[in-house]
Amino acid sequence: MNEGVRLDFSIRGGVPVLLLSAAFLFALVGAVGCWATLLEIGYWLRDAWPDGATWACAALFVPGIAAAALFWPCLRASGECLSSRRARLSGQRVRAREKLADVRMNCRVAIGYSVSVILVVLLVQFFLLNDRAVAKTFLDFPLIIKTFPLILSAFWLNVKLFVASGIVCLIFGLVLAIAEIAPGPAGKPLRMLATAYVDIFRAIPAILVLFLVAFGIPLTGVPVLSDVPQMVLMVIALSITVSAYMAEIYRAGILSVQWSQAAAARSLGMTYLQSLRYVVVPQGVRNIIPPLLNSLIALQKDTALVTVVGAIDAFNQSMIIAGNVYNLSAVTTVAILFIVVSIPQTRLVERMMQRDRMRRVRA
Amino acid sequence: MSTSFIEIEEISKRYGGQKVIDRLSLSVEEHQVVTLIGPSGSGKSTLLRCLNGLETIDGGQIRVGGECITDRGVDLDKVRRHIGMVFQSYNLFPHMTVLENVMLAPAIVLRHSKGEIEETATRLLKRVGLLDKAKAYPDHLSGGQQQRVAIARAIAMDPMVLLLDEITAALDPELVSEVLDIVRDLAGNGMTMLLATHEMRFAREVSSKVCFLYDGAVHEEGTPEQIFGAPKRSRTQEFLRTITDADRL
Repeated sequence: MNEGVRLDFSIRGGVPVLLLSAAFLFALVGAVGCWATLLEIGYWLRDAWPDGATWACAALFVPGIAAAALFWPCLRASGECLSSRRARLSGQRVRAREKLADVRMNCRVAIGYSVSVILVVLLVQFFLLNDRAVAKTFLDFPLIIKTFPLILSAFWLNVKLFVASGIVCLIFGLVLAIAEIAPGPAGKPLRMLATAYVDIFRAIPAILVLFLVAFGIPLTGVPVLSDVPQMVLMVIALSITVSAYMAEIYRAGILSVQWSQAAAARSLGMTYLQSLRYVVVPQGVRNIIPPLLNSLIALQKDTALVTVVGAIDAFNQSMIIAGNVYNLSAVTTVAILFIVVSIPQTRLVERMMQRDRMRRVRA
Repeated sequence: MSTSFIEIEEISKRYGGQKVIDRLSLSVEEHQVVTLIGPSGSGKSTLLRCLNGLETIDGGQIRVGGECITDRGVDLDKVRRHIGMVFQSYNLFPHMTVLENVMLAPAIVLRHSKGEIEETATRLLKRVGLLDKAKAYPDHLSGGQQQRVAIARAIAMDPMVLLLDEITAALDPELVSEVLDIVRDLAGNGMTMLLATHEMRFAREVSSKVCFLYDGAVHEEGTPEQIFGAPKRSRTQEFLRTITDADRL
């Protein structure tokens, strides 16, 4: 029936000349860019740190040699072109096209790595621009080391703010979410109130709320209220905004639990609140740990906003230093501190979730 | 006037404009096993859910032990303590172990002491043959095992009546018998039960009374011998014929 039809499922085309040339070109640009940058760093090190320059320059050879490795997949691809040709000439059609597939694969690997190296080189070049002006402005290491204790002690305020408002938000956000789904006609005013709260405070910028609460309330002169310490007011202000976001996340989590779970709980005689407490909320929260964590990290960064009400947190401290010495390196320290505290949290939660999965799957 | 244990009097239930249950009446005596059969959409599941207060009814009333459970002054949570339910899709709590699933409601609803609850739960898991799975999570059990746990969870509340809503419909055929064995065992011990099912052979064997539901009402009821042996009404005959035809394939 199919006589005369000759099937050919090979990828079209022979040796991918264009792809192979592109791979060589990208590898060349990447390697040369890398070597030029390393050379420049070497000169800089010789000027800035004469004693240790020999060893530091020797260390630069490691990335230098690594950059040469960009050519390795290109060379392998070239070799595979030859063996593909040999196979084709000896009539091994399948082997020939398999070798060509290897050629394409290796070319793509070369391009992928080269592009990444080129991007990193461009970034480093940015710091070396204008006789290393960028590097000096952001990365003045002696200044970073000298001001580190001051920044670190100011960062303690960020940590306190974060921990206190984090706890408040996690609790208040859940309360808001439960109010948002309060059942029946009795729950209607609660639902409306909670929804209005969430809508309003997701709309107002956090910096505004902070200013109004932590700066405005002491101005009112109301007896008890204006005597509340600024620290407490700042925690309240941050929590007002972030708990509105968290309420939405909790609500999504609670609604993601199948209705049949609530039905099963109620059929056993549990009250509405018991079914939430023991069945619906525990399952809902499990589903939303990643977005909750995102909110927490956002809150952590928002603590830097307290600068607007004059509190001396790490950011404000670094700006004071920046103003005094006309250099932003202390601000870089703050950025690094924020990175250092947030990454372990991400990893911790990932591990927690993994353990939860393992526990449930285990026999 | 003698009253039955459960009396359902002319109840109706509408979803939107559609009448799912239309002036349905039914009575169940203590220790009876009443089976509801009928085509899908005939109102079997809805009837069971009304009995458990998971649906509110639009008319009529239901009495259990002489006490009305459908007027507005009733505490449905209290009603549900005495009326257990097992669902088609098991609905075990996936974040709890098998043992915790069985222990949860007695602990927080009945507030029995921990030792007492654990003893009961262990005994019930043994009865459904799953004591070795007490520490396992539901995701790791087969459908049949999950359904057996669900039954243990329901009877841990020591209900006066048990509602079984097509409990074998979601199971692979080879797992059906392990679940039905437990229902048979419960029936033998005098548990009052209402069950919606498509397992006609089982219904015939275990039921005290079979009700054929059609269009939201009891179309014909009688002993299993009457309904399966000599159905009087044409719709019943037709339904049973389709079922037995399908069985023969």
